[in-house]
Amino acid sequence: MTGNPARAAVLICLIGLAAALLAACTHAPRATGDLGVVIERAAGRLVVIETTGSTILTRVPGLGDTSHASVVYSRDERFAYVFGRDGGLTKVDILRGRVVGRVMQGGNSVGGAISQDGRLVAVANYEPGGVRVFDAQTLAQIADIPAVAADGSTSKVIGLVDAPGNRFVFSLYDAGETWIADMADPAAPKLTKFTRIGRLPYDALITGNGRYYIAGLFGEDGLALLDLWNPEAGMRRILDGYGRGEEPLPVYKMPHLEGWAVAGDIAVLPAVGRHEVLLLDMATWREAGRVPVHGQPVFAVARPDGRHVWVNFAHPRNDTVQVIDLVSRKIVATLKPGKAVLHMEFTPRGERVWVSVRDEDKVVVYDTATLQPVAELPVEKPSGIFLTARAHKTGL
Amino acid sequence: MPRSLLVVFLAIGFALPALADELSRARQNELLYLLEQDCGSCHGLRLKGGLGPPLLPADIADTPDEALIDVILLGRPGTPMPPWDVEITATEVAWLVGRLRTGKVAYDR
Repeated sequence: MTGNPARAAVLICLIGLAAALLAACTHAPRATGDLGVVIERAAGRLVVIETTGSTILTRVPGLGDTSHASVVYSRDERFAYVFGRDGGLTKVDILRGRVVGRVMQGGNSVGGAISQDGRLVAVANYEPGGVRVFDAQTLAQIADIPAVAADGSTSKVIGLVDAPGNRFVFSLYDAGETWIADMADPAAPKLTKFTRIGRLPYDALITGNGRYYIAGLFGEDGLALLDLWNPEAGMRRILDGYGRGEEPLPVYKMPHLEGWAVAGDIAVLPAVGRHEVLLLDMATWREAGRVPVHGQPVFAVARPDGRHVWVNFAHPRNDTVQVIDLVSRKIVATLKPGKAVLHMEFTPRGERVWVSVRDEDKVVVYDTATLQPVAELPVEKPSGIFLTARAHKTGL
Repeated sequence: MPRSLLVVFLAIGFALPALADELSRARQNELLYLLEQDCGSCHGLRLKGGLGPPLLPADIADTPDEALIDVILLGRPGTPMPPWDVEITATEVAWLVGRLRTGKVAYDR
């Protein structure tokens, strides 16, 4: 029997197949749904992390000046597009842990967005003020949209987000305008402009359903709202005069409007120059109340179920994070993760939150039910934390 | 020489070196850290600008010391630039401006 050449061939094939399978097992394909990156802002590096075991997988250097760097993901959750302060747009393969593309697209940039169809990456630039649009595959430039306002002045661009219909929406900081860029023809964006939206829009967000774009104003007590289902109605002021005429406190760290803290119809926004978060009734667009907090809020981020909102604070009160229960509208916890808490990011289903603590060179992971820290990772001067689930969220 | 005047001279004589020594190395490093990390939030970690203007030597060459010191201490109303006199003294700001002019602003890591 052993002499049967046909059988021997089959046996050899089976052994070979088993060996191949074993090899495949030792290099098992890995999915990216539980991955993310943390910016090491001073070192110009990304730290690739995974949220199942709360560990660091690798570090990716060579990202240039990552002050205020932010990240969006490709729709396959494999590539991170990193927007650096020095105008660098870097594409990182987080599975392989390496840079696969990098262009210096502007002199000074602040953030970016990826289009609904995943084909276009747009970057908001301070210098030269405007938006540049790139092919997500190759990083070849496709369109350039200089931010020249109605009065002919150039402007820094802030609050760039993606919107349904393969559109980008952004605001002109100096000029106080909001523009929609329809990318149906990527090389020739069709612009719709809203002028005089208010003084010094400093950041903006879009609701998770992609309908409402809201720009925070630094130069006025209020926010500007655009209903993308009804752009003909123009932009309107909401929460006008929320400071009630009181002089705002000096702001040692600009607030950020990111994500969208919502419980039922109530949205939560940081107040500028005040130790308060504002509650906004999204049915009426009127104030629904406010919650006094530890300091000037920077981020107010909702746990994905929307019941709790985690808030961090501006320098020098930035060693603290507070948790607000949106049902009772009370602070249910005041946590001290460490000096200079810069950012918080929830895991997609919200059981954990990752918190970057810049001055203590660490990222702390909290259990969101017990509010206790469950892991701590060494990360040099961490700032933004971006998990891959953002790939499938409008505006992130 | 009246005795009181002598006392004044002596006091000045002692006070001047004391003023220069007032900024310990540790405090200097704290200030440079603040400059990079917190001023850097708006002006860029490398001071190349952001929401706030760039602060590299060439960018501030035409602005006199007093103007820079005033803006840092008192802020710039109508813009996001806040007053820093709540945590930095005039002496410290003057020292920081001196460092900004040299462009050598890295803190000891």
